[in-house]
Amino acid sequence: MSAALELQGLRTVLDTPEGVLRAVDGVDLEIAKGECFALVGESGCGKSMTALSILRLLPDVGRIAGGSVRLGAIDLLALPEAAMRAVRGKRAAMIFQEPSTALNPVLTVGRQVAEVIERHTDLRGAAVRRRVLELLRSVGMPEAERRMGEYAFQLSGGLRQRAMIAGALAVDPEVLIADEPTTALDVTIQAQILELLKKLQSERGMALLLITHDLGIVAKMADRVAVMYAGEIVEVAPREQFFRAPQHPYSQKLFAALPGAAQRDGSLAQIRGQVPPLTTAFSGCRFTERCDFAFERCAREVPQLRALEPAHRVRCHLREKERAAPRAAAAGILTARTARAARALLEVRDLKVYFPIRRGILRRTVGNVKAVDGVSLAVPEGRTLALVGESGSGKTTVGKAILQLIRPTTGSVRYAGAELTGLARAGLQRYRAAMQIVFQDPYASLNPRMRVADILVEGMRSLGVGSGEVDRTKRIDALLDQVGLPAAAKSRYPHEFSGGQRQRIAIARALAVEPKLIVCDEPTSALDVSVQAQILNLLRELQERLGLAYLFITHNLAVVEYLAHEVAVMQQGKIVEQGSAVQVLGAPRHAYTKTLLEAVPKVD
Amino acid sequence: MPVVLATDLLVWLLVLTVAAFAWYCRRRAHLAAPWARVFRSRTAVAASVVLACYILVGLLDSLHYRPALPARDAGAVVAYSVEARSLLDRLLAPLRERSEKTYSAPLATRLYQREQVELADGRTAREFPRLRFGGAHLKAEADWGRDVALRTLAGLAAGAVLLGLALLAARGILVRRWPQVPWRAAAVALGFLLALAGPAVALAAGYHVLGTNQVGQDVLYQALKSIRTSLVIGTVTTLVLLPLGIAAGVAAGYFKGWVDDVIQYLYTTLNSIPGVLLIAAFVLMLQVFLDNHGDWFPTTAQRADMRLLGLCAILGLTSWTGLARLLRGEALKLSELEYIQAAHAFGVSHARVLARHILPNVAHIVIITLVLDFSGLVLAEAVLSYVGVGVDPSTTSFGTMINAARLEMAREPMVWWSLAAAFVFMFALVLAANLLADAVRDGFDPRVRV
Repeated sequence: MSAALELQGLRTVLDTPEGVLRAVDGVDLEIAKGECFALVGESGCGKSMTALSILRLLPDVGRIAGGSVRLGAIDLLALPEAAMRAVRGKRAAMIFQEPSTALNPVLTVGRQVAEVIERHTDLRGAAVRRRVLELLRSVGMPEAERRMGEYAFQLSGGLRQRAMIAGALAVDPEVLIADEPTTALDVTIQAQILELLKKLQSERGMALLLITHDLGIVAKMADRVAVMYAGEIVEVAPREQFFRAPQHPYSQKLFAALPGAAQRDGSLAQIRGQVPPLTTAFSGCRFTERCDFAFERCAREVPQLRALEPAHRVRCHLREKERAAPRAAAAGILTARTARAARALLEVRDLKVYFPIRRGILRRTVGNVKAVDGVSLAVPEGRTLALVGESGSGKTTVGKAILQLIRPTTGSVRYAGAELTGLARAGLQRYRAAMQIVFQDPYASLNPRMRVADILVEGMRSLGVGSGEVDRTKRIDALLDQVGLPAAAKSRYPHEFSGGQRQRIAIARALAVEPKLIVCDEPTSALDVSVQAQILNLLRELQERLGLAYLFITHNLAVVEYLAHEVAVMQQGKIVEQGSAVQVLGAPRHAYTKTLLEAVPKVD
Repeated sequence: MPVVLATDLLVWLLVLTVAAFAWYCRRRAHLAAPWARVFRSRTAVAASVVLACYILVGLLDSLHYRPALPARDAGAVVAYSVEARSLLDRLLAPLRERSEKTYSAPLATRLYQREQVELADGRTAREFPRLRFGGAHLKAEADWGRDVALRTLAGLAAGAVLLGLALLAARGILVRRWPQVPWRAAAVALGFLLALAGPAVALAAGYHVLGTNQVGQDVLYQALKSIRTSLVIGTVTTLVLLPLGIAAGVAAGYFKGWVDDVIQYLYTTLNSIPGVLLIAAFVLMLQVFLDNHGDWFPTTAQRADMRLLGLCAILGLTSWTGLARLLRGEALKLSELEYIQAAHAFGVSHARVLARHILPNVAHIVIITLVLDFSGLVLAEAVLSYVGVGVDPSTTSFGTMINAARLEMAREPMVWWSLAAAFVFMFALVLAANLLADAVRDGFDPRVRV
C-alpha cells in the first residue's frame, strides 16, 4: 500500500494580536490509496487548519511554518502557486461544511461542475456537458438534466452537498478532503451523503481524509482514526482498535462524554477546563491540566507519539508502562426514568402557526406556510419532553409559539390551566416568569454590549423578581454559582467567554426569574461533545434540584436518549409519534421515527 | 460687549455635552475600555491632534463680542461697534487689517497685476507695484530670499522649542497618567503641525503667507475663519439629523408593520426630491424672511449666523434618510436576534428593549455615519455655497472661497492659492475626521479585536 498523501511535521501558525498561534504543531500522518482516514477533534484543535494547509488555502493571517506535504511524489509545499492551482481540484479536492456558501449563487450548478472539468482537462462543449451529467447522476442527483440548469438556492441542503461532491470528483482526484461534510445536514440526509462518499471512494480508490467531530460518523466510515488535541495528534489507530480500547485519556473522555441511553441514570463524564491557548509555549503534555491521570512528569516532559503496536500510536507517558483497558461497551438499554405522577404544567392543544404568503400591491394573502399544523402536547411538572425533528419540521416555531414570541394562528396553550393565547402583552406579563427559553446559538443569544450582571438582572427587574438591587445582586452571585461560573464573571462582557460558558450564562438568565418550565431550543447543538456533556449535566442537575420542566427541542437523538422522559417526533409541522422515551425510541411505530433512528450513526 | 450668536450657543453646548459624556464614560469601565482601545491606535491619536487644532481655532472663533468704539469725549456713554468680532479676529487682527488692493501671490512683495504707476520722474509706467504690507519692511527687494529663509528658520526654531516644552509637560502628566497611549504618534503629529505653524506665524508678520484674494484680503486669515463655518455645519447639523435618523430608523426596523410603512414612504418621498432644490427653496425663503426682519438682528454677524443655522437645520432635515435607512436594516436584523427574543420572553418593555438592546448595538453605525456625514456635510457646504444657496456671502467659508476662486482658475495668469488653501485645509480636516472614525469603529465593535 503506497501513501497517497503524506504529512511530515506539518506546522501551521496564525498571526493573531495575542501572538503567534500554533494551530497545527507538528502533525505526521499518511493516507493510503483507497483508505478513509478520519481526523477527529473538538473545535479549535487544528483539524480544519490541517486540511487547509494541505491545499495551501490558509487565511491571510496563516502561514505554513515547517514540515512537508507529499501528494504521491510531489512536495506540495515546494510548488509555486501557479503549479499549486493545477493540483487543487485535479489531484486533491475538498468538500466544505456549508454547502449553501460553498456554491456560487449566480452560477448554475452544472456550470460550476463544468468549470472544474474545463480547468483541468481538454474536454469542451458537449463533452463537458455529458461528463457533468454523468457526474451528477453518479452522486445521486435526481433529475440530473433539470438540476444542471438550476441555481444553488433552488436545491435543498442535501442536493447542494451532492453538487459540491460532484464538483470535487469531477476530474478523479487521488485525494478527497471532506471537512465536516455533513455537519450542516439533517441526520437522514447525512446518512445518504456518507453512504454516497463511501460508495464513491471504494469505486474510485481515492484516499479520503474525513474531518469530523462526530465519533458515530468515524465508526461508520473510517479505516483509521487520528485524534487531534491542541494542534497535535494525540492518538492514531485502526478503527477497531480505537473503538475497542482508546489509549489516550482525551480519547477516552470523548467516548465517556457521549450522551446516550447507557448514561441515563447518571451524569456524563465531562472534561474539566478548556483547551489551553495555542499561543503559549508548552513544556509538558498539553492535556495535563484537564487530565484525570496526570502526574508530576506530565507537566515537565513533552510526551512523544509512541507506537504501542505498529499501527497504534499514542502521545501519553502513561502508556509506556501499560495499556488501557478496553472501553466498557455502552449497554444501550433504555430504562424508563423514575416516573412521578405529575400533573401537566403545560398543555398545548391543536396549535397552528401559519405564516401568510402575501402577493401583489395590496399584499393580499394568497396562501399560508403551515409551519406548525395542529400540534398537541403536554409537559408534566418537573419532567422533560423532547421534541424531535429535522430542520424545517416546525419544532422551533412550536417553542416560540408556546412562549407567545410568535403568536399562534389558532389552538390553545395553557400554562397551569390558564390560557395564554390571545392575551395582550400586559396580560402575559404574569406568566413570563414561569416560562423561559434557552436558545441554540450562545453567540447570538447574549447582547454583546451588556455585562453579564446586566444581562441577568434584566429579567428580574422587568418581572419584579427580588426585593431590591441589593437582593438582586445576591441572587446574581447565587445564579452564577449555580451554573458553575465564577462570581468575577459578573462584570465581564459575553465575548470574553467560550461557547459553553456563554450557554451557562444563558441558562442563568432563564433561571433568574425562577421559572417552572424552560424551553430549550437545541441548547447544545452548537457545542463540542465535552462541553455538551457539561451543559447536559447542568440541565439535569438543575431539574433534580429545582424541579424544572423542560421542553427540549433537538435533532440529536443521543441527547434525547440521555435526557428525555417523554418524546414527541415532529415532521412537517405535525407530531407523528408521541409517548414515553422507552416506547418511542425502543419500539418506534411510525415509519419516520424508524428512519430517523436508523439514520443516526452509532459508536457501538 | 459680549455677543452670543445662536451657533455659538449650540457649539458650546456641544462642547459641554462631549465633556459630560467623557466624564460619564470615565467613571464606567465598560465604556472607558473602548475609548482606551481607540486611543491605542496611532492614527487615531495623530488624527485627534490635528482635529484638536481645528477645534481650538473653531472655538476661539466662537466667542464673539462687539468692540467698544473709541470714546469721543470723556464721560460719554460707551458706544459699541455694529460689527461682532471673535477672539480669533482679535488674535489675527494684523492679518485682517493689512489688506492689499487685489491679488498677490503667496509671500509676494508685489501685486499680481500690472498697474499704471507714476514714477518719481513724473513718467507713468505699467508695472507690478509694491504691496502696501507684504514685504513692506524690506529695505531692498533683493533681501527677500534671505529674509524669508531667516523667518522660516526662526519659525522652525520657535516650533521646536514649543514642541520641546509640550513634550516635557506631557512626560510629566499625560504619559504617566495614560502610559498605553502612543504619545510618540501624537508628538510626531504635533511636531508636523508646529513645523508648519511656526514658520507660518513668523512669515505672517511680514508677508501674506498664502497670498491675497481679489479684494486683497489675506487668504490665510480667510482659511482660518472658514474652519468655524465647517465645524458648525459638520456638528450642529448632526443635532438635527441624529434624533430624526435614529428615531425613524430604529422605530421602522423594530416595530415593523404600519410604522415601517409610514416611515419608509416618508423617506422615499424625501429622497425623491432633489436635495439641492429643496435646500435652495428653503434658503431663499429664509433669505426673504431675514430681509424682512432685519431689525431683529443688531449686527450683520448675527443675521449671517441665523442663515448658517438655517442651513444646518435644512441640511439635517434632508440628510437623515441615509442614517435612518441604515438603522432600519440593522434594527430589522437585531429584532430577530435571540437576545431580543429573550428580552421579550422576560416581558421587557419596548422602550427598554430599544434603549438597552437596540441602541447600543447600532451605536457604532451611528458613530461611523456621523463622522462620515461630518466630512460629507463639510463638502456639501462647499457645493451649496458654490451654487449660491449656501451660507451668507458675508460669512467666510471654504465654499465661498471656492466660489470666489472659480473664475480665478480661468484667469491668465492663473490664481491658484485661494483654491489650494481651501482644498488643503478642508482635506486635512476631512482626512483627520475619517481616520478617527475608523479607529472609533474598530474600538467600539466588540467583534473587531484590535
